Amino acid sequence: MGDRIVVEQLTKRFGEIEAVRGVSFTVGAREVFGFLGPNGAGKTTTIKMLATLLEPTSGRLQIEGLDVVRQRQEVRRIIGLVFQDPTLDDRLTAWENLLFHGMLYGLSQAEIRRRAEPLLEMVGLAERQNSLVRTFSGGMKRRLELVRGLIHTPKVLFLDEPTVGLDPQTRSQLWQHIRELSRHHDTTVFVTTHYMDEAEHCDRTAIMDHGQIVALDTPEHLKQVIGSEEIRLTVRASALSERSRWEAELGQSFSGAGTELLFKTRNAGADVARIVQAVGPAIERIEIKRPTLEDVFLHLTGREIREETVSARDAWREFGRRRMGR
Amino acid sequence: MIALRGIYVIWLRELIRFVREPARIVGMVAQPLLYLILVGNGLAHGFQFRGAGSVNYLAFMFPGIVAMSVLFTSVFSAMSIVWDREFGFLKEVLVSPVPRAAIAIGKALGGTTVAVAQGAVILILSPLVGIALEPGRYLAMLGVLALLALALNGLGILVASRMESMQGFQVVMNFLVMPLFFLSGALYPLRGMPGWLAALMQIDPVTYGVDALRHLVYFRSALLATITQFSLAEDLAVTLGTAALLLVVSTVAFNRTRSA
Ligand SMILES: Nc1ncnc2c1ncn2[C@@H]1O[C@H](COP(=O)(O)OP(=O)(O)OP(=O)(O)O)[C@@H](O)[C@H]1O
Ligand SMILES: [Mg+2]
Repeated sequence: MGDRIVVEQLTKRFGEIEAVRGVSFTVGAREVFGFLGPNGAGKTTTIKMLATLLEPTSGRLQIEGLDVVRQRQEVRRIIGLVFQDPTLDDRLTAWENLLFHGMLYGLSQAEIRRRAEPLLEMVGLAERQNSLVRTFSGGMKRRLELVRGLIHTPKVLFLDEPTVGLDPQTRSQLWQHIRELSRHHDTTVFVTTHYMDEAEHCDRTAIMDHGQIVALDTPEHLKQVIGSEEIRLTVRASALSERSRWEAELGQSFSGAGTELLFKTRNAGADVARIVQAVGPAIERIEIKRPTLEDVFLHLTGREIREETVSARDAWREFGRRRMGR
Repeated sequence: MIALRGIYVIWLRELIRFVREPARIVGMVAQPLLYLILVGNGLAHGFQFRGAGSVNYLAFMFPGIVAMSVLFTSVFSAMSIVWDREFGFLKEVLVSPVPRAAIAIGKALGGTTVAVAQGAVILILSPLVGIALEPGRYLAMLGVLALLALALNGLGILVASRMESMQGFQVVMNFLVMPLFFLSGALYPLRGMPGWLAALMQIDPVTYGVDALRHLVYFRSALLATITQFSLAEDLAVTLGTAALLLVVSTVAFNRTRSA
């Protein structure tokens, strides 16, 4: 009913490598859906299958009730995709890139102009629309790609690591734009990232690792997987002998060694007050640590988000990026 | 409808990119001239033309050099497919509702237009080698160049759609382009060659394009029979047939191409 994307038991095999292993999920209309995972997790492969660019090895894929494998042409009309690697034509102007894109979707020049204006305005590129794309910075190119992906008002917009290589400011701006999209247009945004903090911008996030979804929920719920917050305190060494008295008073023991003590809790705000009362002037420093999605990932997979060795293919891609001056 | 739009967009982009790169245009026109001046003059003064004492070698070579320009330009244009499919614009087009076939056709038409435009510039220089073309023959030669360019673009797209890397494409193309050029009769006539070489030259589709061009250059000249190898009708039929065949095959191949 309300589900715009339905994925059931999706798998993709490249010879020996099983890049995606039995993934299932649904995404609702107007949702910002995140796909979080380390390099090689299978994010791009999943997007490519959803965007009709790769045939699944097995499984069922639907977008707006259309079968992605059998009704490719129809699906292509209602999706937009911003690739992980830039695909603008940098010898054309920004406007020409948008114009050509719109024409590929059968829009008239006037219509493309009408749609492009507010979008270019939104991402702050209106003044530069007649410049060659090769004169753009990485962030400008990314924002232009976002606009281009929207010219034909897709029902689903796929963004494959849209913020890679951008500075923090540009990243947060881009996320603002993404949020605005789902709010003001009837567009579902499907976005991949390997930045933990970015998953927080999503309505729901699937955490992917080794081709499988290990968790799928709202960022809030995901963090509750960890169960608790943590209070970290540093105490004066001379007062350490009182540790067992503090623990008795709080009714819970600390973990940690030496002067660095950790206190696990579900209600850090209230417990900080109790700790201050119990430990008193022996405290040198106290802080509350809330779990990040980084911790969630560590908890779920036992690993930090890692850097994989680059394959020849990736190396070539990188070479291409550099050669194109990106 | 969307297919026609797609063909138009791909074609237009090819043209805009061409016009925006003056260095490439200069290079593409200068290269054949260099061949003409260095190789042409060298051969003209070093060797005697067999069978016809009074042939101006530079004029003989000129159609071959124009064909060479078309050959190189067409290959260069197809080469960008490999790059674009991996890194650029073409990836974008592949997710759009434009049919794959339209992309291949647009690309072939774009590459052909560019090749013919360059040929047109080089042909203007024909008086330098003692060829005087009136407008009718000039246009007819452009027509032949267009057919030849279509065939060669088809070939380039066919190879490009099978290749995943630029290196692979370049290796394959070097193995194709050089023989296609040298066996085309651009530098020496087919007639009088040893049997195996003559056979290879007859397989090379570029031979017929070059021969057709010579028909037009030596139109009504006493040398026509000495210089040309086939009838103009044969030349045109073979070139047209090759172009049609390669376009169909390359479109089908592109349709099957790994999409991203
Ligand atoms: N065309 C291909 N042929 C062979 N293996 C592939 C191909 N594409 C992807 N893979 C493999 O599939 C796995 C998943 O790759 P994918 O690109 O989907 O990862 P990702 O999550 O997008 O990673 P990244 O964060 O680096 O973009 C990797 O092991 C990769 O090497
Ligand atoms: Mg990826």
